[in-house]
Amino acid sequence: MDLPFIKVENISYSYKGDGGVGVPVIKELSLEIREGEFVAVLGHNGSGKSTLAKLLNMIFSPQSGKIYIDGKDITAPDMTDDDVFALRKTVGMVFQNPDNQLVATIVEDDVAFGPENLSVPSEEIRKRVDEALRAVGMTKYAHHEPHRLSGGQKQRVAIAGIIAMLPKCIIFDESTAMLDPIGRREVMQTIKMLNEKMGITVIMITHYMDEAAMAGRIVVLDEGRIALDGKPSEVFEREELLRSMGLDVPQCAAIIHRLREAGVALKGDCTTPEKCAELIGRALGGEGRDV
Amino acid sequence: MKNIALGQYYPAKSPLHRLDPRIKVLLALIYICAAAFCKNIIGFGVLLVSALLIVALGRIPFKTIFRSLTPVLFVMLFAVFFQVFFTKGDMLLFAWWKLQIYGEGLYLALFTIVRIFTLIIGTSMFLTYTTTPIELTYAIEDLLSPLKKLKVPVHDFAMMMTLALRFIPTLVEEADKIMTAQKARGADFSTGSLVQRAKALKPVLIPLIVSAMRHAVELAVAMECRCYHGDGTRMVVRKCRFSDIAALIVMIIFLAGIIYLNILGLVYTA
Repeated sequence: MDLPFIKVENISYSYKGDGGVGVPVIKELSLEIREGEFVAVLGHNGSGKSTLAKLLNMIFSPQSGKIYIDGKDITAPDMTDDDVFALRKTVGMVFQNPDNQLVATIVEDDVAFGPENLSVPSEEIRKRVDEALRAVGMTKYAHHEPHRLSGGQKQRVAIAGIIAMLPKCIIFDESTAMLDPIGRREVMQTIKMLNEKMGITVIMITHYMDEAAMAGRIVVLDEGRIALDGKPSEVFEREELLRSMGLDVPQCAAIIHRLREAGVALKGDCTTPEKCAELIGRALGGEGRDV
Repeated sequence: MKNIALGQYYPAKSPLHRLDPRIKVLLALIYICAAAFCKNIIGFGVLLVSALLIVALGRIPFKTIFRSLTPVLFVMLFAVFFQVFFTKGDMLLFAWWKLQIYGEGLYLALFTIVRIFTLIIGTSMFLTYTTTPIELTYAIEDLLSPLKKLKVPVHDFAMMMTLALRFIPTLVEEADKIMTAQKARGADFSTGSLVQRAKALKPVLIPLIVSAMRHAVELAVAMECRCYHGDGTRMVVRKCRFSDIAALIVMIIFLAGIIYLNILGLVYTA
């Protein structure tokens, strides 16, 4: 069977609202994600993006539809506890609040928590913990207490805790939302590294446009449905649609968009300020100009 | 607020740090017994010397130790005061108005100080300073593991202890934030009677409890995502080595020695 790494088929999910009336959050959503992709999921509050993440990790189960992950139907009724553990080992999850994910009072003990639960042999755990801490650049802090670290450092420790379980995919559920700009940059660099160097499939739920611009593909959710799906440059071209869904467009994409509307011929994609400057510079005819 | 020391672990490389945490828990227990049973003047001398020796073995600076003693200084002074002024004996040293100080009182006061001092040194040197909180919870879990047969949820208790330790600083930080927020809204925590001040804390406690619940829910989800099921391997597997057994034997001999000194006479009783 030739399944993509993640295949979501027609899933629906509703919360129990007041008086037992179901509030639909995800409506007949279908999505495919290939191994090694870096997908950003965008959407304003209540669009169902966090719910989607929790469905992929079996914290919630969809009321209808099917989800296949790594060739396995995780919505099958005969899923055992071991199957659930195997899934959560394959698809790790990093949450918003770093404080609520760290379990132990010493950094390296926390990173060891996942592999310990998976009954990995002790020497192997030691190796994985060291490697995971090295990957996120936190080796120096192995014996520190988590509450003395900065938000970005705590979040990197949380990521190391997931890496130590050797996942194929990591879901970041607004993992930068509570961080300061420095922490955000640290975590974004780590996420990019995971995807590019370690080949881990990344699903990043965010409401920051500039972060989404770093992904290879953007999926925009609106009212529990997929509104847009494509490369960042393609998605950001639909400025009116994005704005109507309560989302913004990165400044550089907006500038290019307006210039094009004004009749300036600009060729190529543009998602970062550097590229934007380059494009405008070239349009101005100044090949060697300092832009 | 970020400087709260959790269990005051002092990272260093020393023979005490290297000992098996389970053995250290036993050593602390035996040492406490020795301090409690000791009634003999030579015994107290031995205790004092042993306490200093243990500090040296753990390579913890005396300054750090002294700082941990300051909170109990008050208790010590209190005990000394009562021993000195309210002990009656045969050796009257000093009398003025209704105050009488006997030699026995001074002896007892001195012994009380030595006893409290050794108790604190014993527990902090074997446990808090040289053992990380997580090692300590593992050790307690291991030592209590026979109770698992009686269906006592030993592992769950150990996990709860670890999490409680982990969340103390988080909650302190949060209480601080809430208090600042309430002060900005005109709350007054520092004036008025004790009852008024306690009442003023209500708008702090309620949000704090609510947020603690939220922490608990999110933490539970995060733990589930990391496959927590209350069973698994450990990164550090401790095996009892020869030095651990030797330390335990030395400590048992020490306790036996203290008790022997009591039997031997020279017993000081008030």
